[in-house]
Amino acid sequence: MIAGYSGADLAIALINVLLLGLLFVVGVAIARMRSLFAIVMLSGIYSLISATWFVALDAVDVAFTEAAVGAGISTALLLGAMLLTARTAKPEKGAMQIVPILVVLATGAMLVYATIDLPAFGDPDSPANTYVGTDYLERTPREIAVPNIVTAVLASYRGFDTLGETGVVFTAALAVILLLGFGERSLSATFNRKKDKK
Amino acid sequence: MTEIAAVAIIIAIGLTLVRALLGPTLYDRVLAVNSLGTKTVLFIGFLGFVLGRPDWLDIAVLYALINFVSTIAILKFFRYRSFQVPLHRRPVTKTPTEQGGDSV
Repeated sequence: MIAGYSGADLAIALINVLLLGLLFVVGVAIARMRSLFAIVMLSGIYSLISATWFVALDAVDVAFTEAAVGAGISTALLLGAMLLTARTAKPEKGAMQIVPILVVLATGAMLVYATIDLPAFGDPDSPANTYVGTDYLERTPREIAVPNIVTAVLASYRGFDTLGETGVVFTAALAVILLLGFGERSLSATFNRKKDKK
Repeated sequence: MTEIAAVAIIIAIGLTLVRALLGPTLYDRVLAVNSLGTKTVLFIGFLGFVLGRPDWLDIAVLYALINFVSTIAILKFFRYRSFQVPLHRRPVTKTPTEQGGDSV
């Protein structure tokens, strides 16, 4: 696995390093900035770049969720939340600037420590590659014939599971919409009307 | 050759990122996010060819759709200060304060 890099392998390694470097720059910029609108925009950029990185890691389904939720919905939700608060964050003072970096460093150290126990990339003896995984790999081209095995598992072998999840998410969204409402009968419009009457 | 193009697109993403970081106006940042999304679409298309799986083009097209919708949402937020105003104009029969977020 390690020996014998070809040109494409080197290019992929370079792409990974560049994407992670961009993510690092965006993360530091989000931590340093005080304009909330710029932070919302940068978090959208962070989601887009990390979704691209997930595609480069061949985790296409995760990448798509990240792009839809991170860059789409959560940007809109954060902008809506920004309506209710100020436009700039207050700068932290003194010791409060040290605590977050300590938390981040400790979490990073724990994650790096956890990766030591992981099986090597592409290890044929790892749990993911020994039990049902080989079965899916062997049967998918014959039975379903989609190029991505994860898609086959999610949409066909566990199709009822995915259908149930979609039903749960749809019901939750419907309940939130019914409670908060949209347009003229929505909660915020009602509040605005009450404010105007006073 | 395709690899070089993919790396060049990442460098272009970095340049767009500089504009998003420096600003100075809000519209610079919106434009930077939008063009960064476009470059992401291009990059995923190239990456499929680098890794030998051009069927990733479908994902790139879906990214383009998400990028378009989120840009429209951000610009609508600027225009109306609310997401609850329909994009088409209704005939004005009420005072403007009753139309959702206009009074905010």
